[in-house]
Amino acid sequence: MDYDKKDIDIAWCPGCGDFAILKTLKDSLTELNILPENLVITSGIGQAAKTPHYLNCNFFNGLHGRALPPATAIKVCNPELNVMVVSGDGDVYGEGGNHFIHAIRRNPNVTVIVCNNMVYGLTKGQASPTSRKDYKTPVQIHGAANEPFNPLAIAIAQDASFVARAFCGDAPQTKEIFKKAITHKGFALVDVFQPCVTFNKVNTYPWFKQNTYYLEDFYVPNDRVKAFERAIETEKLPLGVFYVNSDKVTFEETEANAEKTKLNVFERRQNRKEKLENIIENLK
Amino acid sequence: MLKNDDISVVMAGEAGQGVETASDIMVKVFKMAGYNVFSCKEYMSRVRGGVNSSTIRISSGAISAYVDKIDFLVMLSPNLTGHLEKRITEETFILYDEAFKNLSLDKFKTFGMPLTSKAVEVGGKIFSNVISAGIIFGIFDIAMNLIEEFIRKSFSDKTEDIILKNIQAVQSGYEIGKYFINNNCLSVNVQQDELVADKTLVSANEAVTLGCIAGGCDFIATYPMSPSTAVFTYLAEKSDEFNIIVEQAEDEIAAMNMGLGAWFSGSRAMVSTAGGGFALMIEGISLSGMIESPMVIHLAQRPGPATGLPTRTEQGDLNLALYSGHGEFPRIILTPGTPEDAFYLSQNAFNLADKFQVPIFILTDQYGLESYSLCKPFDVNKTEIQDFIVKTDRNYERYKLTEDGVSPRGIPDFGEGLVKVDSDEHDEDSHITEDLDLRVKMVDKRLKKFDLIKKEIYEPVLFGNASCKTLLIGWGSTCDGIKEALCHLNNPDIAFLYFKQVYPLSEKTLAYLEKAKNTICIENNATGQFAKLIRHETGFNIHHKILKYNGLPFSVEELVSKISDLT
Repeated sequence: MDYDKKDIDIAWCPGCGDFAILKTLKDSLTELNILPENLVITSGIGQAAKTPHYLNCNFFNGLHGRALPPATAIKVCNPELNVMVVSGDGDVYGEGGNHFIHAIRRNPNVTVIVCNNMVYGLTKGQASPTSRKDYKTPVQIHGAANEPFNPLAIAIAQDASFVARAFCGDAPQTKEIFKKAITHKGFALVDVFQPCVTFNKVNTYPWFKQNTYYLEDFYVPNDRVKAFERAIETEKLPLGVFYVNSDKVTFEETEANAEKTKLNVFERRQNRKEKLENIIENLK
Repeated sequence: MLKNDDISVVMAGEAGQGVETASDIMVKVFKMAGYNVFSCKEYMSRVRGGVNSSTIRISSGAISAYVDKIDFLVMLSPNLTGHLEKRITEETFILYDEAFKNLSLDKFKTFGMPLTSKAVEVGGKIFSNVISAGIIFGIFDIAMNLIEEFIRKSFSDKTEDIILKNIQAVQSGYEIGKYFINNNCLSVNVQQDELVADKTLVSANEAVTLGCIAGGCDFIATYPMSPSTAVFTYLAEKSDEFNIIVEQAEDEIAAMNMGLGAWFSGSRAMVSTAGGGFALMIEGISLSGMIESPMVIHLAQRPGPATGLPTRTEQGDLNLALYSGHGEFPRIILTPGTPEDAFYLSQNAFNLADKFQVPIFILTDQYGLESYSLCKPFDVNKTEIQDFIVKTDRNYERYKLTEDGVSPRGIPDFGEGLVKVDSDEHDEDSHITEDLDLRVKMVDKRLKKFDLIKKEIYEPVLFGNASCKTLLIGWGSTCDGIKEALCHLNNPDIAFLYFKQVYPLSEKTLAYLEKAKNTICIENNATGQFAKLIRHETGFNIHHKILKYNGLPFSVEELVSKISDLT
């Protein structure tokens, strides 16, 4: 099992938080003994969305904002696969916002890692849905005016089955969170704070260190209202696992009730002729 | 022109009055009784009120097209639309409910009938529609036991009380119909046809759906939109029986991207949508072109732009299908014009998409989809699911450059290789590239598939004489209307060339066109999109166009008259 890809030209800026997320991701997968052949990563567009190119795995690097719909379909068509989404805040929360909400409703067993740097990197520095108020950019010249998107609060409000936040500057803790998310059965969101060293001069490594703290050891992530309260804190931003609901039925399990996904894709479409002949005969 | 061995019954009423149910009962009973039958419907985009109508043709000979003429107009409500009123002539028998006041059709042959009072006797106003069907059955002297048998069969999930009330409703209508005949008010002279028994009564909605099932479709994600929803619903109804995963997506963007994810993991996926929904899927068509994913799109046309006329018909989205998606990549557009073609082409669409790894369109329209006609039963044994998925080895590369442009398609977890697809321009192993020489190779590779696709084209079908003076050209649902018009014209100098595939265009097209002195393209749109496509592909300027774009299909009569004007 080797996730490392040799001789690749990585398009990220030196010092980018994505390097740390990539390394932590590979370590997590290795420790969990997940085989690259059994893993599919989908992503959209943006710097973070390039992640699947930089490790050995199956991948579907699709369109901007559209990482979740193919991930959902891939998982339901072949529930034996480990399916992950790795993409950015603009991709998942902005362009793909509607899919984000509805993927939570479906609850596929998919791990969603959102590299959240609060800025658009690939298009050179405009505000993202998670940019904090008054954050100035070449477009938002008077500062971002819109309320920042709160992915955790939205996910908890929608009773997402696993909701966590990490900071890529702390690899050991991030790895533990990733491993919990990957092994969780159901839709698992990990919003990962990640500095953009080129375009975001406000939310830097030191800024994240100063403005975050870990949820207390005694915090139990099974109370939706309490989790929501923690998710809307603004003074200092909590890290860790906010909420887990393990009782939810997954999207592919609802299909499996109808026996569909228990068969592989080849078996699923066999032996149709006789049944079709009956239907056609009845049309006479 | 049309004789009394070819009767057209129109039932009109408000949405919610059961026009469609009565029409369904009528076509099925007439079929059972051995008559050639056809039905189509036009209706408003509302759930209650307004005026909707169904046209049911009962004929001694085979028919499967819309006609203007109305022999019997059954009115369940006192209102008519302008377009329905235009179809009434002095020959039309208008059967209306005597409960209506101020019916302003005095100059026509009208017969007041106790529809409401009889319905109330049976059990409620709602039975007016079944009573009306009974009147028509009485006029045609259909055996009452046959009708009873049908009602028992098709209402088998209802209570005995409901079944009896429906039978009673038919009976009370039946007596009125018999009264007309016995008192020589009118007569019909339609003969039964022994060939009918072996035929299937089917709509293109059913034909497309069954074709997709026969083609191995095992995944559909879609967002409901008229007139594409029936295929989605019918597939959902059959989904447990055939292990088909069905998902109603949050929007068409998600539907299309789910479909592509499904193909990626080895399923055979489709979407069913109309123009407005397809507009949202277009980025996904381009993605399908770039990642060389198969994709089957059932695009059911209705009049646009924007919301347009949601429940009516048009052939206005050919250009949309043809030019959808940024960038340059191959595609296939099939335009089945009959239920049989809808079945076999939809079935094979999955094979073609899989073989060439391209998006393929099944382009239909409201009129074609919702019309019922008789055809030869679909032969499932003539079809085959051809799988093209390969087991990968350790060195597998998804976009291996090959002689013919098609790279073997693997799926995750089947073999030892890794399967990767990328919306960026990519190298053979699907990684983002800015190697511009490789870019050219990849574009050439994708476009090369056109040459292969052209080898498996559905050729146009000629009806009539190859050495004709006038060649009519049509595609999709106009097929049977034009064929019937051709019969009425009965002129060996006129022939009809029917296209069930419009893109890539058959290379034989030009030869057909050049032989004729006069060419007429008939399209249910305002700009002659197919005539333009022909000019674009062949350089040939079609001489005349017959176009219609008011939301209704061509009638046989108007085709006969317009073709005559141009020949």
